[in-house]
Amino acid sequence: MRTGRNRWLTGFAILIYAFLFAPIVILIIFSFNVSRRNFVWLGFTTDWYPKLFANRDLIDALTVTLEVAVIAVVVSTAIGSVLGLALARKRFRGQGASEVLILLPMVTPEIVMGISLLIFFGQLFGQNGSLGQIAIAHITFCISYVAIVVRARARGMDPHLEEAARDLGASSTGAFWHVTLPLIAPAVAAGAMLVFALSFDDLVVTSFNAGVGSTTLPIYIYSSIKFGVTPQINAISTIIVAVVAIALFISWRVGSFGREARPVPEDRIVDAA
Amino acid sequence: MASPARPAAPWRNRLADGLLLVPGIGWLLLFFFVPLVIIFVVSFGTKDATGHVVLGDLGLQNYFEASKPEFLPAFGNSVRYSLLTTILSLLIGYPIAYWISRHGGRHKIVLLILVMLPFWTSYLIRTYAWMIILRDNGVANSILMALGLTSDPIPFLNTDFSVVLGMTYGFLPFAILPLYVSIDRLDDDLVQAGRDLYATGRGAFLHIILPLTMPGIIAAAVLTFIPAMGDYVTPDLLGGAQTSTIAKVVQVLFTSGRDWPYGSALGFLLMVITLAGTLFAIRSLRQETFG
Repeated sequence: MRTGRNRWLTGFAILIYAFLFAPIVILIIFSFNVSRRNFVWLGFTTDWYPKLFANRDLIDALTVTLEVAVIAVVVSTAIGSVLGLALARKRFRGQGASEVLILLPMVTPEIVMGISLLIFFGQLFGQNGSLGQIAIAHITFCISYVAIVVRARARGMDPHLEEAARDLGASSTGAFWHVTLPLIAPAVAAGAMLVFALSFDDLVVTSFNAGVGSTTLPIYIYSSIKFGVTPQINAISTIIVAVVAIALFISWRVGSFGREARPVPEDRIVDAA
Repeated sequence: MASPARPAAPWRNRLADGLLLVPGIGWLLLFFFVPLVIIFVVSFGTKDATGHVVLGDLGLQNYFEASKPEFLPAFGNSVRYSLLTTILSLLIGYPIAYWISRHGGRHKIVLLILVMLPFWTSYLIRTYAWMIILRDNGVANSILMALGLTSDPIPFLNTDFSVVLGMTYGFLPFAILPLYVSIDRLDDDLVQAGRDLYATGRGAFLHIILPLTMPGIIAAAVLTFIPAMGDYVTPDLLGGAQTSTIAKVVQVLFTSGRDWPYGSALGFLLMVITLAGTLFAIRSLRQETFG
């Protein structure tokens, strides 16, 4: 009876893993298709890969995307970590309001954030899309994720460790660099990884804040999907999948993965209500 | 809290801790909260002939416009797609999360990474992969026709089916992760104790496992419902031109349609519906298990 049920469960699990991976596998297979049109298999070729690097628009879009992602990672990881630490430390007046302010961006539909920033920049600064504007938008929706991941880690940290360092004569900056930071480092790293993924992948918020010359890779891919795809899109997708797989593999080997890389600690969302 | 040997005065510490909040809270106030207030104000405005926002005479006209019957399908579709996606993600995600946690053994982390690989891979690219599969001359129809199961291609694409499939596929990892966390945290001894007290397998699941993993279920529901409500990529790419959702209407109003006040009103309504749905889900799921 028990083993019978387990077999059903295992069968179901295998089916779902197949469901998760089938589209990605098919995408990869079609990146080697001779046909320009993506739907009929005409033969094997690797031509689409070298053509990628000759595609100026695509390389420019990739460059913009990486620039934005790096800015977003640096700024939102710094601001978010400090915020997460401050929230974990102690109770203060206005804590409830601050927590709502931090959770709200996570429960706001992306499109609402996108249009609100578009109007904000357009009405107040007369600006219509730029790399800086995209970066500000990304930082805005990423800060909360970092703050929450870091806070979860800082909460679990023994506050006496920092006090002990102070008692032993460490300055407050010294205690921070040598005690607190190493302790929260895994959460900071997990937050930074999450920010990179969110920023690199974002289409909705970005599409309202991009202008001429600040096309990101998702925007480029989206418009190619809508107006005539070539297997180049499959090829760039295959490269992205490969990079992600390698990055995940490395972070798993390095350790601490899975224990820290928890994007949204469930209890926080529940507590918020 | 303060040990006697602590060098700095308490008020200085408090000031330092307060300063830590300034960059984050300040940033979110300026770039999140203020823009939200602005679209709220703009949603009562009008536009002039060139599409510029006019705030001269504020009124509820955009909200009246939004409640006209021709927009009901868009609201209905958004809610329907999001609810179906949420329910399907929970029904599929729970057994998978349970299986990884209880039967994964030492491969747990690898199995989780495999779930997350699609999640870290561009959402757009994954949606595009479904287009390749579901087209009339796509992979699914080619296989079905080769097997002789159908003579004419089945129109999978541009249907409710393809939208819900694409959304479920896209957001399933968001459901599996929190479910896994709460199931993995579950103490097996409690389940065993229930079984020892003659609970049936189903009884133990309903009265012990399900209530104890409810926080994970709520988080999973919220994490699929919210992005599903705001998603316009899937309805656009897999639903085709005739499938309308609020997010899609808002997108059009802000790009080619150029009616920002009306778009703001719809966006604001979308946010209210999403928040209300989220709070409702949390409250009702909580009540169901904790009384």
